[in-house]
Amino acid sequence: MFGVNSTSVSTRVLGRARQVVPAIVFGVAFLALWESAVRGFDLKPYFLAAPSKISEQFFKNYSRIWEASMVSGGNAFVGLVAGTVFGIAMSFVLSRYRFLGELVTPLAIALNAIPIFVLVAVLNNMYSITSEIPRRVMVTLVVYFIVLVNVAKGLTQVRSTHVELMRSYAASEFAILRKVRVPNAVPYLFTALKVAAPASVITAFVSEYFGGLQNGLGSRITSNIANAKNAAAWAYVLGACLLGLAFYTISIILEGIARKGEVK
Amino acid sequence: MSALEVVGASKIFNQGTAKQVDALVDVNLTVNSGQFVSLIGPSGCGKSTLLRLIANLLEPTSGSVRVNKKTAAQARLDQDYGMAFQQAGLFDWRTVSKNIELPLELKGWDKAKREARAKEMLELVKLPEFADLYPWQLSGGMQQRIAIARALAAHPPLLLMDEPFGALDEMTREYMQGELLRICGETATTVVFVTHSIPEAVYLSNRVVVMSPRPGRITAVIDVDLGSKRNEDTRAADGFFRSITTVREALRGTHAEHAAANAIRGVE
Repeated sequence: MFGVNSTSVSTRVLGRARQVVPAIVFGVAFLALWESAVRGFDLKPYFLAAPSKISEQFFKNYSRIWEASMVSGGNAFVGLVAGTVFGIAMSFVLSRYRFLGELVTPLAIALNAIPIFVLVAVLNNMYSITSEIPRRVMVTLVVYFIVLVNVAKGLTQVRSTHVELMRSYAASEFAILRKVRVPNAVPYLFTALKVAAPASVITAFVSEYFGGLQNGLGSRITSNIANAKNAAAWAYVLGACLLGLAFYTISIILEGIARKGEVK
Repeated sequence: MSALEVVGASKIFNQGTAKQVDALVDVNLTVNSGQFVSLIGPSGCGKSTLLRLIANLLEPTSGSVRVNKKTAAQARLDQDYGMAFQQAGLFDWRTVSKNIELPLELKGWDKAKREARAKEMLELVKLPEFADLYPWQLSGGMQQRIAIARALAAHPPLLLMDEPFGALDEMTREYMQGELLRICGETATTVVFVTHSIPEAVYLSNRVVVMSPRPGRITAVIDVDLGSKRNEDTRAADGFFRSITTVREALRGTHAEHAAANAIRGVE
């Protein structure tokens, strides 16, 4: 971004390729090994499906996988947004009123210690069987804690030199919040989102195992396995994997935009 | 005209408890406008505490501090001083120019005026081409120059510095000392400077205030007569070495006394 440091474009492309190529080679080799193991040892489809069969199923069921992904992805997204909003809001409250933190933290730890999917079963009982709400609430809870813990840290753990400096300018608490605490918390928020985005997909996905609507990726995997359609189940797993990656990529892009120019 | 007046100031932490610390006892100090005064002494002598009393970041337990003929609290509200610390304390998320503009933002200056002043300050510290870079792209010495530019951005009459060059290597340090004298000369700024280094204190100061710990207090005030024009030749001048010796002996006095006190405590 500034003259001294910019290497030529071709060198940069080469450097990028050097990072990416080994990963691709490894991935392809892994698939080849898998494929040849299935064929070589004549593994039955109900034991392990071959990658070629999985991709066949993936393209055959493409539109259904897409629909199921939209359901699971939609739940994950709603929960991610809601959890982030609540998490940020609560972290502001906790950083402003420290005594509240002391009250709430043990409760948060206790809630977090509950095997979280047990809650889905409880939530399913609270809402109608055709409701997406229990899953969304579940994702919200998971995301909420990740965001709360990180952002609260970012708001409170500011360098003492910065606070002294602001006090020497006779800055108000609000000015310190706006000019020191909030910018300090931004990288913490994106660290949280990088963890929370894939976690939201996993949570949305696993929540489907506890009954309710059978329209998401998780329920499709169980139903395909129940019908001995293993390759199709794997195709849905691939869909889930891509969905998780998509969420992760989005969080990385967001970080790039938010911290343009200042990332080391 | 006095820029700064400390009268009978004491600072006692945790008063009346087992952990009571007499950080400063009965300190009197007057600094005239345009003077450069260094505070020197071993760790725990209260030099940083004294600086924070002047900055109104701490309230004295007793006594009074007046800055620019006002109470320390009022002086802080009016941004009558700028401050620099050992860590440059620049904000990573702000460009160099935006860092310098921060105190002006808090004073409610408009954008055009702030940018013009930031540019002027960057000229002053001789880093005009770095305005749009981020702090991590600068060396430690450059960061510290930006911190000084920021401290002086609102043109305060007083500059308070807490070991600002403590983290720099010796060569950079000497260069920065020269730059600081030039900048303060050009801007007619009064400086109170906390340091651990005897040559640094002598080279920079009109007066060196020697402090000693337990309880923190001023034990000697040494006038340094090296003239107003100081340069690299000053570091080789006889007067420079004489003053260093005087300060060292004053410090050794406090050290010997300190050691003796410890010895007695040991016998008990």
